[in-house]
Amino acid sequence: MNKFSIKDVNLWYNDFHALKNINMSIPANEITAFIGPSGCGKSTLIKSLNRMNDLVEGCKITGSILLDGQSIHGNIDVNALRKRVGMVFQKPNPFPMSVYDNIAYGPRTHGIRSRSKLNDIVEKSLYDAAIWDELKDRLKKSALSLSGGQQQRLCIARALSVQPDVLLMDEPTSALDPISTAKIEELVLKLKNSYTIVIVTHNMQQAVRISDNTGFFLLGEIVEYGETQQVFSIPKDKRTEDYITGRFG
Amino acid sequence: MGKHSLVFYKELAAKILFILSASAAIIAVGLICVFLFMQGLPAMWDMGVIRFLTGTDWRPTWNPPAFGILPMIVGSIYVTVGAILFGVPIGIFAAVFMAKFCPAPIYKILKPAINLLAGIPSVVYGYFGMVVLVPFVRQTFGGSGNSILTASILLGMMILPTIITISESAIRAIPGEIYEGAIALGASHENASYRVVLPAAKSGVMASVILGIGRAVGETMAVRMVAGNQAVLRMPHEFLMGTRTLTANVVIELGYAYGNHRAALVATGVVLFIFVMIINALFSLLKKKEGI
Repeated sequence: MNKFSIKDVNLWYNDFHALKNINMSIPANEITAFIGPSGCGKSTLIKSLNRMNDLVEGCKITGSILLDGQSIHGNIDVNALRKRVGMVFQKPNPFPMSVYDNIAYGPRTHGIRSRSKLNDIVEKSLYDAAIWDELKDRLKKSALSLSGGQQQRLCIARALSVQPDVLLMDEPTSALDPISTAKIEELVLKLKNSYTIVIVTHNMQQAVRISDNTGFFLLGEIVEYGETQQVFSIPKDKRTEDYITGRFG
Repeated sequence: MGKHSLVFYKELAAKILFILSASAAIIAVGLICVFLFMQGLPAMWDMGVIRFLTGTDWRPTWNPPAFGILPMIVGSIYVTVGAILFGVPIGIFAAVFMAKFCPAPIYKILKPAINLLAGIPSVVYGYFGMVVLVPFVRQTFGGSGNSILTASILLGMMILPTIITISESAIRAIPGEIYEGAIALGASHENASYRVVLPAAKSGVMASVILGIGRAVGETMAVRMVAGNQAVLRMPHEFLMGTRTLTANVVIELGYAYGNHRAALVATGVVLFIFVMIINALFSLLKKKEGI
């Protein structure tokens, strides 16, 4: 089952051609990793999947992206799309409010008012993000008082609070220490049972450790895309081999 | 000349010039404090501090005269609270609009217009109040038109630029990631702006409100021109009646006052000064706490 089908996608930031003829399918309930050097387009592509690129002025996209067979462009409710396709950012970005309100914001936005329902959602989201035990006594505390790793798991919990199908993660561990990184990787592996996960990473070991499929990007093109095992053990393209063996990047 | 070159003396001269310039402001504040308190405090003491602050009669011409400034303290509070009721909601909505909704061509007109609003002399505001607001209030709500309500509306307009400008920069200072985090949850632009970005900027918005209060408390000319200026203790429901503020009390009577009367006016200034100091202290506290 494919969650996303990406067909002939080209994307420009004004005159800069950031994505060139991208074709790929992202399977459901698997972890798909995008790797590649800085500026290769991997973040641009992940941001196209929930149309966060709409916020960038001068951004133009052609081709088609289908989510469960339906185009995410054209006449659809983009807020509903973003509810279905959650996102975790590179730098933890908790709202400057309490832990509880951080999680409750999403459901409230989508019309849930009942206190008991919100309580349930907050507990379940934090639990699913493996941070409930750490935070259950600190729900009223400011989210900014948490450590970087906790903040990032809080952001994952926040993304889960609106019950998405897909979780997009844009280098979610690049700002974190190794222990926090390990916790998040463990969490991501657990989450794949319920969610389709797309993760951009600079860290190739991370891609090997957690992903099922890997796409290697270079200069806006997808050079190689396949099962992670295959991409890292017997890459088909010379450039992929050079990159994963550390000859550039 | 030994080891000191011309450059050394030039730098020394420049340094002294800068220190003197910086000191001028401090000396000015210091002198104001000293003279105000030197003249005002003994007078307040002679009249009895409690009687001066809580007396409801201001009768400089009585024999013996009565100097109670409670009506003026309350008057200042009424028009300031009124200004907040009018100015703060409009100012904050305007700031969110400017930072998050305003199309660039409109912004190009709106921004200088608001800066201009800040630069209009208060006597011009007062004139506007006399010829537009006073008749408007008189025809709409009755009474003479010279009232607490009129002064509140006018002051609310006058504090708008302070609130809009400072709130807008506070909102713009919130990192884009916070906004994007909300959008990525499927929130609309409006929801993300009002429920995430604006609350995130609350310390800066609070600062703008406090500075606005400072401006409203200290405003003299415009208030004097529309408030009616009766030195009578008003109740809140009498918002269509006139009132006199601390500032108006000083400016109206100081020209012809002498002796005890003059000292009572200086003491009025002391009370006003303390009000403003409290407001500034609140502002500094907030700034320290939030690191604006």
